[in-house]
Amino acid sequence: MSRTLFEKIWDAHVVTQEPDSPAVLYIDLHLVHEVTSPQAFTGLRSRGLKVRRPERTVATMDHGIPTTPLDVPIADQLAAHQIKTLETNTSEFGVRLYGMHSEHRGIVHVIGPELGFTQPGMTIVCGDSHTSTHGAFGALAFGIGTSEVEMVLATQCLLQRKPKTCEVRVDGQLAAGVSSKDIILALIAKIGVGGGTGYVFEYTGSAIRGLTMEQRMTICNMSIEGGARAGMIAPDDATIEYVAGREFAPKGAAWDAAIARWRGLPSDDGATYDSSIVLDAAALEPMITYGTNPGMGMRITERVPDPANLGDANQKLALEKALNYMDLRPGQPLLGKKVDVVFIGSCTNSRISDLRLAAGLLKGRKVADGLRVMVVPGSQDVKKQAEQEGLDTVFKEAGAEWREAGCSMCIAMNGDQLQPGQYAVSTSNRNFEGRQGKGGRTFLASPLTAAATALTGTITDVRTLI
Amino acid sequence: MAQFTTLSARQVALPINDIDTDQIIPAQFLKVTDKNGLGQVVFHSWRFLEDGSPNPDFVLNQPVAQGAQILLAGDNFGCGSSREHAPWALTGFGFRAVISTSFADIFRNNALKNGLLPVVVDAPTHQMLFDLAEEAPQATLNIDLPSQTLTLPGGETVSFPIDGFNKACLLNGTDEIGYVLGFEAQIKAFEARNF
Ligand code: SF4
Repeated sequence: MSRTLFEKIWDAHVVTQEPDSPAVLYIDLHLVHEVTSPQAFTGLRSRGLKVRRPERTVATMDHGIPTTPLDVPIADQLAAHQIKTLETNTSEFGVRLYGMHSEHRGIVHVIGPELGFTQPGMTIVCGDSHTSTHGAFGALAFGIGTSEVEMVLATQCLLQRKPKTCEVRVDGQLAAGVSSKDIILALIAKIGVGGGTGYVFEYTGSAIRGLTMEQRMTICNMSIEGGARAGMIAPDDATIEYVAGREFAPKGAAWDAAIARWRGLPSDDGATYDSSIVLDAAALEPMITYGTNPGMGMRITERVPDPANLGDANQKLALEKALNYMDLRPGQPLLGKKVDVVFIGSCTNSRISDLRLAAGLLKGRKVADGLRVMVVPGSQDVKKQAEQEGLDTVFKEAGAEWREAGCSMCIAMNGDQLQPGQYAVSTSNRNFEGRQGKGGRTFLASPLTAAATALTGTITDVRTLI
Repeated sequence: MAQFTTLSARQVALPINDIDTDQIIPAQFLKVTDKNGLGQVVFHSWRFLEDGSPNPDFVLNQPVAQGAQILLAGDNFGCGSSREHAPWALTGFGFRAVISTSFADIFRNNALKNGLLPVVVDAPTHQMLFDLAEEAPQATLNIDLPSQTLTLPGGETVSFPIDGFNKACLLNGTDEIGYVLGFEAQIKAFEARNF
């Protein structure tokens, strides 16, 4: 029978399926970070259990870590304690840690692929909703809670009901100035933040095939913002080329065997999905959000919608509340809106190609007066690569801040945050109230839009600059 | 694991759609290494004013919320981050059940593991409950998990869906990790087959 990519991976990982019960699903790779793991290790300890497969478990610290040089102790006592706790837990349980001073440290969803841990056909989990990122490799990857982290540490398995599948087909050619971030923002604007609940997305179509792995990761990363726990893209030459030679990629005969397996993963002709969505890439424009969830997005040239035009009372209320928080008026254009901060970073858009795009626009120019521009590479490896290419100099000469790797202002746990009332254009993934600092207001957009805005200090359509 | 069988309690209404876990428990409170104390800061940004004093306009600060164990929320509750701190904070405040028309997947899993019952109702029932919260804020709702029913003070009863396995786990207080550990032979066999 014809099967989808998802079904092939699911079937290959069911350890057992009792009647009327969820499947016991084997997990190939478990990523761990400092924020969602301490209580899980505590639970393990109190049960007297070990980590079942330490060699399938990889830890790093990214959320609470400062993005200033780490040669001084972390000032935030709580963050320092949480980081110390991860060090203690990983050393006690024999788990590999990319710690504070590791040259490969970074955002968990950046370093997994970068080091070659992430591979096609795998089941991958992490106590982090953006684990969906790894689906770009044709893996089944999703976020879990801390109780489930404990379960995976203890058993290397999870209890899962089989989700439904949805094909998201994106055909056509993206116009200049439009990127994969705009594809995913357009999708979420179309379906809303709950539109994918209960589904695993598989992105297909010529526009997806034409994307690089880093661009694909941006799309899969934000699947969760549409409510889908996982988003996947079938592996192809681009996938194999990306994985080849990475530190933890298979080598020699194992590599050849892996490629043969991965070639069999794409959905069979005639395989069916429970639902489908179609997007025309050629019709897309740069996107921006105006509200307080990622579904409140529009083309950058549009005007802020009017709650009065919404039929549903709850939606009307939600939009009113969002515009009130954002201090925006219905019908107002966002182009030309003054912002206080531009943040280029996060597991959505902090990889080398994102930084190259931004640097390409900023090269030889200056960021607008009075504007704070932060560039935070996704990993120390990305940082090193960028510095080898001289991108750090481009950013610094333009007047932007060049920081150490981490989640930074995406989640504002480490002191990198907006002040109340400030506006930011951000390449991250969430514009929830207070996400980038209490009272802060976020416009989500692509790295190109962020860089264009950095130059003018107001929300800018990058197509006017290229 | 925390058990749930029946609950007789008052509700408090938060008629907002798409309440994300960043609102339930903002990131600044995720630096803990245990599960305790988060009830005091649940919905922190909405609950407290700039100067740290309670926001009198926010429903959790009003007398009606005292002792309420059921949260009535807008559509798609718990979207966003996977933080289990969200159910820890809600149960820390005293909630035992959340009623909505839908829940985000990860939140629902996390809630079930903490004895916090996600009750899915249809839109008309949802509206009826919001009306009730306005007209009779002191009214008691009855939730009966064995029969999967929610009973309003007037005696109207609606049933709600729940996965049979999750239901059994809640009723029996099943330790899910213990349950999976019971499949050790199958897990070993799987590993032998595949690696
Ligand atoms: S960069 Fe942001 S979204 Fe990504 S893992 Fe870090 S906090 Fe989460």
